[in-house]
Amino acid sequence: MDEGRISRHGSGARLWLAGGWLLLASLAAIFAPLIAPQNPLAQDLMFERLPPFWMSGAEPGFWLGTDSLGRDLLSRLIFGARIALIVAFAAALAACLIGSTLGLIAGYFGGWADRIISRIVDVWMAFPPVLFAILLVAVLGTGLSSVIIAIAVIDWTRFCRVIRAETMGQARMDYVENARIAGYGRIGIMLREVLPNVVPSIVALLSLEMGIAVIVEAILSFVNLSISTDDPTWGGIIAEGRLSIHQAWWVLVFPLVTLILTVLSFSQFGEGLKARFDPVLR
Amino acid sequence: MLLQRFLIRLLTMAITLLGVAVVVFVVIRVAPGDPVAMMLPPGATDADIARLRALYGLDKTIVQQFFIWLSGVIRGDFGTSISLRQDVLGLVFNRLPATLELAIVALLMALAIGGTTAILGARERGTAVEAGIEIASGAALSIPDFLWGLVLILLFGVLVPVFDISGRVSPQLDLPFVTQFYLFESIVRLRFDLTKDLLGHMLMPAVALALPLAAIISQLLKQSLKEVLDLDYVVLARVKGFSETQVILREALKNAALPTLTLVGVQFTFLIGGTVIVERLFSYEGLGNMAIDAVINRDLPLIQGIVLVFALLFVLINLTVDMMYALLNPRLRHG
Repeated sequence: MDEGRISRHGSGARLWLAGGWLLLASLAAIFAPLIAPQNPLAQDLMFERLPPFWMSGAEPGFWLGTDSLGRDLLSRLIFGARIALIVAFAAALAACLIGSTLGLIAGYFGGWADRIISRIVDVWMAFPPVLFAILLVAVLGTGLSSVIIAIAVIDWTRFCRVIRAETMGQARMDYVENARIAGYGRIGIMLREVLPNVVPSIVALLSLEMGIAVIVEAILSFVNLSISTDDPTWGGIIAEGRLSIHQAWWVLVFPLVTLILTVLSFSQFGEGLKARFDPVLR
Repeated sequence: MLLQRFLIRLLTMAITLLGVAVVVFVVIRVAPGDPVAMMLPPGATDADIARLRALYGLDKTIVQQFFIWLSGVIRGDFGTSISLRQDVLGLVFNRLPATLELAIVALLMALAIGGTTAILGARERGTAVEAGIEIASGAALSIPDFLWGLVLILLFGVLVPVFDISGRVSPQLDLPFVTQFYLFESIVRLRFDLTKDLLGHMLMPAVALALPLAAIISQLLKQSLKEVLDLDYVVLARVKGFSETQVILREALKNAALPTLTLVGVQFTFLIGGTVIVERLFSYEGLGNMAIDAVINRDLPLIQGIVLVFALLFVLINLTVDMMYALLNPRLRHG
């Protein structure tokens, strides 16, 4: 009893902290042109590799310093949030839609549907995911939609595996049998009776997947295969930071901290939501 | 029973590999941009391009190309790399050992860290120590290998520069090796100076790969240990006067390890998948690093070869784990 109360209490705090950071990042992304102190693309060789504000040699207006081309780091991070969050939401939703649908079908109908879907999942699991993503973006051509498609095409299996297993468990329960006796059709039962019971897992996975999508986008930007090279992305800033790490550590540290906070927030937010909505855990 | 299980697994393995081959072939062939046109200087004539296309078999239909490639693969001929102009299989075997050594060192680290913290957490269950381990493993799990790699580069490459963060071995060293398994060979040859240098280069990428897996092992093994520790035979051992650590090591661990083992198999394939970007991050000359170059250069035969080798590695690991599980699990052994 006690343990449950403590963990629920903890999940509330986690939910608020994680949600707060994600809200902040979303606001930064939406209002980027209004709040960014500088133009994120403006190069100024007079101001190259300025340190952050608390160090000597810093210039006012460049709070987190500048990169090797004199571009303002804070403004680039704020604009980078746009691409990161668009990719997170679009790719995770697409992966969720494909994976959950196939998972429901495989888990509920079983038989041949399950065998075929499970075999496809096996094939997908035999690919190294990062290499698969890089390959897909290289094939589709760089750009926002390519990145989103690549992540959705690779990560639907995460949803499919979990939802399939959960649906199989639910399909054996008495309420499903009762609905069948009451004369409901199979698809009706699947959507109206089974689906609502797997929604908490879908929500938690969705949030987790958003964090993963942010990382994959950063990895693609890091190998220079994401969006066009002009738009600032967190991964792109990290790639620059990795190169000038001994001259300007801040170019790597700030995007890295941003990424870590965002990924942690997405996973904690998902866990927190699941704990709150799951009738068993509650 | 075991043999039948093994044969069924072998068959599904073959189907999975065939599926991978088809998917990667289709994905690559819809790629816009002609790799052959990129190989020739700008002044090349159409006849030159056509000749080169014929040389690489690119003038045939996709289905024909696939069966030509597949029949080659079955005979052990993966074709010729377009960008490096060498035999694909030779290139892959040249790089695979570096990746395998890195992955195995990372796996051993994950087992050591995960196992130790799980045993410690189970022994100190309900205390602040367990809570601390829980928080640390939660963080280690949520942060992926790519970010751990960057954190380690900052901490131990820049802030306290004690470890190498680039390459596989110091370039000025004279290497007497005949195989590509440098680490293994350095130990066999008793050249521990080289072992030290190799491990020094391997440590940071290996830790980055190991941390998420260590966290999973720690959480799962601790959970199973705690369940087993309440069983009668363990309670009996405790009554006999064994200390808690002895009880865990001698009695509980054996039975708690089985669920963890199955999971480690799948997770090890994720770890190997992670080597692709971690090798890039640390400029480690392995298969993953070469794979990214192959994609950037649109080197179709090389990409196909590398992806297939990774897939083969993954299904072999899953097969091994499945067989080990069947051998170790008494219920399956006698079933």
